[in-house]
Amino acid sequence: MSQFLQQIVNGLSLGSIYALIALGYTMVYGIIKLINFAHGDVYMIGAYTAFIVTTYFGFSFFPALITCMVVCGLLGVLIERIAYRPLRHSPRITALITAIGVSYVIEYTTAYFMGSEKRTYPQLLSNASFQLGPIKISTQQIYIFLITIVLMLLLQFIIQKTKMGRAMRAVSTDENAAKLMGINVDNTISFTFLIGSALAGAAGILVGIYYNSINPLMGMVPGLKAFVAAVFGGIGSIPGAMIGGLFIGMAETMVIAYGSSLYRDAIVYAILIIVLIVKPTGLLGKNEREKV
Amino acid sequence: MKGNMWKVLAAGTMALTMLAGCSSSSTGKEETGKKLNEGDTVKIGLNFELSGDVSSYGQAERNAAQLAIEQYNERSDTKFKAEGVEVDDKGDAAESTTQAIKLIEEDGVAAIVGPATSGASIATYEVATQNNTPVISPSATQVNAMMNGETPYEYAWRVCFEDSYQGAAMAIYSADTLKCKKAAIINETSDYGQGLANQFETTFKEHGGEVVAHEQYNAGDTDFASMLTKIKDSGFDVLYIAGYYSEAGLIIKQAREDGIDCPIVGADGFESEKLVQLAGKENLNEVWYTTAYTTVNASDELNAFIDAYTKKYDQAPNMFSALAYDATNLVLDQLEATGATGEELNEAIKKANFEGITGSFTFDEKTHTPVKSVMVVNQVDGVQTEATEVKVD
Amino acid sequence: MTKGILNKINLMWVAIIVVLYLLLSYMMAAGIINSYYKITLFNMCINIMLAVSLNLVIGICGQFSLGHAGFMCIGAYSAGIITKMMPNYAGLILGILVGFVISTIAALIVSIPTLRLKGDYLAIATLGFSEIIRILVQNMKITNGAAGLSGIPALTTWPLLMLGVVLTIVICSNFTRSAPGRACIAVREDEIAAEAMGINTTKYKVIAFVIGALLASAAGALFACNFYVIKPTQFTFNKSIDILVMVVFGGMGSMTSSVLAAIAIGLLNMVLQNFTDARMIIYGAILVIMMIFKPQGLFGDREISLSKIVDKAKAKKEAN
Repeated sequence: MSQFLQQIVNGLSLGSIYALIALGYTMVYGIIKLINFAHGDVYMIGAYTAFIVTTYFGFSFFPALITCMVVCGLLGVLIERIAYRPLRHSPRITALITAIGVSYVIEYTTAYFMGSEKRTYPQLLSNASFQLGPIKISTQQIYIFLITIVLMLLLQFIIQKTKMGRAMRAVSTDENAAKLMGINVDNTISFTFLIGSALAGAAGILVGIYYNSINPLMGMVPGLKAFVAAVFGGIGSIPGAMIGGLFIGMAETMVIAYGSSLYRDAIVYAILIIVLIVKPTGLLGKNEREKV
Repeated sequence: MKGNMWKVLAAGTMALTMLAGCSSSSTGKEETGKKLNEGDTVKIGLNFELSGDVSSYGQAERNAAQLAIEQYNERSDTKFKAEGVEVDDKGDAAESTTQAIKLIEEDGVAAIVGPATSGASIATYEVATQNNTPVISPSATQVNAMMNGETPYEYAWRVCFEDSYQGAAMAIYSADTLKCKKAAIINETSDYGQGLANQFETTFKEHGGEVVAHEQYNAGDTDFASMLTKIKDSGFDVLYIAGYYSEAGLIIKQAREDGIDCPIVGADGFESEKLVQLAGKENLNEVWYTTAYTTVNASDELNAFIDAYTKKYDQAPNMFSALAYDATNLVLDQLEATGATGEELNEAIKKANFEGITGSFTFDEKTHTPVKSVMVVNQVDGVQTEATEVKVD
Repeated sequence: MTKGILNKINLMWVAIIVVLYLLLSYMMAAGIINSYYKITLFNMCINIMLAVSLNLVIGICGQFSLGHAGFMCIGAYSAGIITKMMPNYAGLILGILVGFVISTIAALIVSIPTLRLKGDYLAIATLGFSEIIRILVQNMKITNGAAGLSGIPALTTWPLLMLGVVLTIVICSNFTRSAPGRACIAVREDEIAAEAMGINTTKYKVIAFVIGALLASAAGALFACNFYVIKPTQFTFNKSIDILVMVVFGGMGSMTSSVLAAIAIGLLNMVLQNFTDARMIIYGAILVIMMIFKPQGLFGDREISLSKIVDKAKAKKEAN
């Protein structure tokens, strides 16, 4: 039993990271119906930004976190401007191929400048751990969990209560109608990328600290898993992404704990395929009728 | 215009089958090597993983090989000039075959050093043997990598020892010296990890031990918490990690933070300064691993290599670079001694009694693998403190 | 002129193929094409098979599959395992057939449920499926796990490859012009309209998908018997992207373009061999730039059609 509880803690901390990345996926998909393949790489850039500012400039945790979020946010806006905006009204396949291209460019440019070997962080957060009854929780796990919750609440607030958030929801529902209502669609989409990418940046630094190992291709697999999480929760839905992320993290952990660690990745893809077949709109997604 | 598809197919197939008879067999290379003249420039192929997932190993080996060539050219007592021709196999076996052919056909290299990984290396052995060009793999440690059925590929060599050899050495050390009875094994799902783990398990059982838990991970994984939680209560008193430093460092860190304080043992994949950075100094106690390359009681040659490498590339060398340095020097030494390529060069390699920075060795003619002693290195606070030689029976 | 199988156009095609085949065979025998160019040429041929078959799924049927490497993996391993036991052509043929059976089953399993999905969902589902195939292969005993198979007999010969390429192109282009092929094009252009016209969209999507999978599996078998060693890591998501780059670079929907693009990328790979670090960046940039400025691909959806050339020549003659 204590092992089971411990596995839940493990699953939650892994899941929080997926959730943070999934939030960005879900926002971007919700607004322009694009799987931003490069999102996982923005997360990687977050990890590298933190590596640079902490190693070479000696930043402490919170300044580094803010820097990462700003850098990644701007990168997200840049990607949208250069690669996605010209294609906003082309077929979805075109946009998806572009996204894959952007992902390649970011990954290998980083490898070109930073080298492909693994990098480690200086210690930014204490890794002391507490014994809570039968389970053991480290300070870093608590940080990850809290930061994820805080950012999600902040995001929910922005989307539900602010003017920009209302604009985002409007664009996501009907771009043309939003335009007619005087909403600046371009800026709204840029803002979405800014926020989504900033969240990925936060995930990047958290992962860097928690695992103490980063490399230029680190974004690929978590990026895909986060996408699965977003689909599971219902793409376009913020709480859905959160639940999806935690669920995927938990599923992976449980497969390792009670099955074979070899199938930890396979289970995630299997979940994806099952969800797509059984309930393509995901757990909390809205069911949209296709317009002819 | 619209023809009947099947009839066209049939006609085309027939035409081609008839023609198939005409295609002559490829022209085999008849020459089996040539004599070199003093002052000639000899090309050495450097076929490494310069991009792709395992490029960090390939790049480290490429650097060291180039360093060896540079040092050879700086010497005044040599008969020839050497030139390294670099190609990138992208960590892909098919590309590795292609590039080996390119080096042999286009560049006319005397020998090839590389690639770093077993799969990519094995992919070059067939073409190397067909073309009488020796290939020396610095780190193709896979069990039976050199074997083409019962006999080894005539022109394929390696300067590292086989995975099974190290696995057995560590099992003996754990059972006899560390007096451990119950082992948990975590290995990477690669030829390297599986080869080590299987042999460790077999030998450990032969020496009266028992394996109580066995987990596997993929290269690139970072989260080992659930794996460690799972095995924690199985009552093992030694943990064998069969993998490279990049994941082993994280496993050690997470295991120690999780309260697993039994001895952790591993293989030469641990050999990197990155291990300390990944695991943290305080977690690297009670850690042992087998290796051929250690900086403990380093020889003068090894220290000279470390200095030269660090000076040239601004980073410390690792086991991969040391092995590639030895592989390249082995080729250069034999070229210098024979002044010939092809069969004669290959014979010289076969008979070589080589003294390198990863130990002195001769080749076992049955397996084309060096007979080297295995060292077990102990880490205290992330510093290598002592190295003991282990004999495998 | 349009009657009979042995009409002028078809005969001209056969003649062109035979001449090309003889020319290249001669160049190989005479050593004008050395082993390095030969293996590069072989690789190009395998890539042509992969690109053309993927083009059938993406370009003609409009179904965005990122799982081509999975089917290639099935074919490669089937042929690899069987030819290791039976190192002769019977073994290779048996290997290809076993690959066909397994990939048909796999393609049906993945396609029937997932092809109901739209564009990008389908892409991710096929990607996931191909990763599952790879993970299974990596953990099976018969495939020798992560170490992969080595010592596969080199059975792939030039006539065999040429046959593979010609068959692939003939099958794909004839399929495109057949009734099911036109149904597929209708699905690509507008699925809802196609459905309204009474086309069973799922059925035709599945047909195109299975044909694509079979051809990829055959290409995989030839690949395995050409390169001595196969490993699960060769069939990752990156391989699917490599094939996709060829299809996109050439132009989606045109077989001619895929062939030309596979050749062009093969040459580009040779040239960029010495610019290792930059190569992947350039690939990524090609995808982005092509999509923004020339989404129809370098050669568009035009096909080389002999009948059109002949017709034009005739018209000119008559005009004179």
